[in-house]
Amino acid sequence: MKILVAIKQVPERDAQVHIDASGTWIDEAGIQWALNESDAYALEEALQLKEKHGGEVVVVSAGPERVGSTIREALAKGADRAIHIDCAMGRLDALGVAQLLAAAIKSESPDLTLTGLQSDDLGYGQTGVILSELLGLPHSSLILHVEKTEQGLTVKRELEEGWFQTIELPLPAVLTIQSGGNKLRYATLMGIKKAKTKEVRRVTAQELGTTATPVVSLARISAPQKQKSTQMIGGSPKEAAAALAEKLKFEARVL
Amino acid sequence: MSGVWVVLEERNGKIGRISWEAVAAGLKLGAQLGLAVNAVLPGARTEVLAAEAATKPLAKVVRLVHALLGAYTADGYTIALEQFIRAEQPDYVILPHTYQVRDYAPALAARLGQVLIGDVTALGEGPTFVRQLMQGRLSGDYRHAGGGTCFVSVQSGAFRADQIEGGSAQVESFTPTIEPAQIRTKPGEPFRGSAQTVDLGSAQLIVSVGRGIKEAENLPIVQELAAALGAELAASRPICDNGWLPIERQVGSSGQTVAPKLYLAVGILGAIQHLVGMKGSQCVVAINKDPDAPIFEVADYGIVGDLFEVVPALTEAVKAAKQ
Repeated sequence: MKILVAIKQVPERDAQVHIDASGTWIDEAGIQWALNESDAYALEEALQLKEKHGGEVVVVSAGPERVGSTIREALAKGADRAIHIDCAMGRLDALGVAQLLAAAIKSESPDLTLTGLQSDDLGYGQTGVILSELLGLPHSSLILHVEKTEQGLTVKRELEEGWFQTIELPLPAVLTIQSGGNKLRYATLMGIKKAKTKEVRRVTAQELGTTATPVVSLARISAPQKQKSTQMIGGSPKEAAAALAEKLKFEARVL
Repeated sequence: MSGVWVVLEERNGKIGRISWEAVAAGLKLGAQLGLAVNAVLPGARTEVLAAEAATKPLAKVVRLVHALLGAYTADGYTIALEQFIRAEQPDYVILPHTYQVRDYAPALAARLGQVLIGDVTALGEGPTFVRQLMQGRLSGDYRHAGGGTCFVSVQSGAFRADQIEGGSAQVESFTPTIEPAQIRTKPGEPFRGSAQTVDLGSAQLIVSVGRGIKEAENLPIVQELAAALGAELAASRPICDNGWLPIERQVGSSGQTVAPKLYLAVGILGAIQHLVGMKGSQCVVAINKDPDAPIFEVADYGIVGDLFEVVPALTEAVKAAKQ
């Protein structure tokens, strides 16, 4: 089975993000970057499917030069090769990004395309679903478990409030993977060494022939408006704890 | 163009609360722009639910009816709504941001050359649509740039369903053309993950723990605090994903929704997916080392500090206060 995994590089979870001078994006200086969490689970699912059924795992990622480090990480974990769509992400909307990825994926004709359900930065949660539309393939989203069958796939889909559903779909197909379905592997030293020799094919947006005009634009970013007035309690841990217990007892009256 | 159309979602034989919140958002947008507000309800048997929707201040309620819309499939919903939207040419389509909408609306919008503005929490002048970025650390104002229908989905709890006035809408139906062969996926019946033995929904006091706890071995410090308070222990998703606590203790969009008198969040950053599960709590306390953690946005009381120092001190202080 040939599996393609679309991955995204995002600011690390604990990164301190600040708004840049344009007011429409974050200041990228000093940001540590990481593989988007649910994409790491998509990659893990792909690697496990390959271990069971054989085949090839190819990762594809769009973004500037810096994305190379995240691609190497995926290769070190066990992906066989990669496609780096070298482009600035700046003004692209969810459709624009999916068009780039779809153009790169089409040339590979994979049996299965996986991606994480949502990015930890913009959080659109749309890339995989739009990809299925652009590729003309069936899809299912928020998937925790994938099983290959005679006819295609049986997947476990997460619903709300602790419910699940089993869905059968034919191949080729697109799935968006939810975090937590598998245990993530670490890259081994051997894996990191091997990754250096694996193929990373670079293509540009122009070469892929997509020239999307954004339909939706991010006009401004700002600090979120407070929904409540928060009393911040200072002092040493002991003082703060005592003051909080006091407030819980006499102000909030929950003790 | 035909104004604002709200897509209602049937859930367990009812129109869910979040669909009414989408109606509230649609009414607000319609009032702002001077547009008629309508609703469309996909499904196989929707007479009773459409009659209920018709008691809201909407111009029209359209039943999008087909036997193949009985069980949800992305293909069925996308085909049906595409035909309806092409016929009706709405200015805006407003959807509830449910797992179901997340499964088909991005494809539906793309099929019409559009992009969904998803998980919207507020409307601004223009109109602009506000949604959260960077796990809730920042907020973004989005605009629809091109022509054609603008697709928007609204976050659970962001608009007030209880403030919708009464009305009487005209009920119509629209029958899309769908062939069985166009439905490529075969959905099974929903099932519960595991037997529920903990009912967080009725808990009065909850201590909830997140990634900040770092290791499963550190859990006893929050368990001791919960015991001192007489509270149930809950967690954010990563804790349950790691198997450190059972999934039945998970709070958030994929876990339980809670509304206790006290929700004490320890080492929880406060991603949107978590906040939607607990923002109905009466009193929220947040303990986190990161002063910019979004959990503080919804907290009544906050302590910025090392949970490994603050929590044991709080356990002692609670014990003393209860004596």
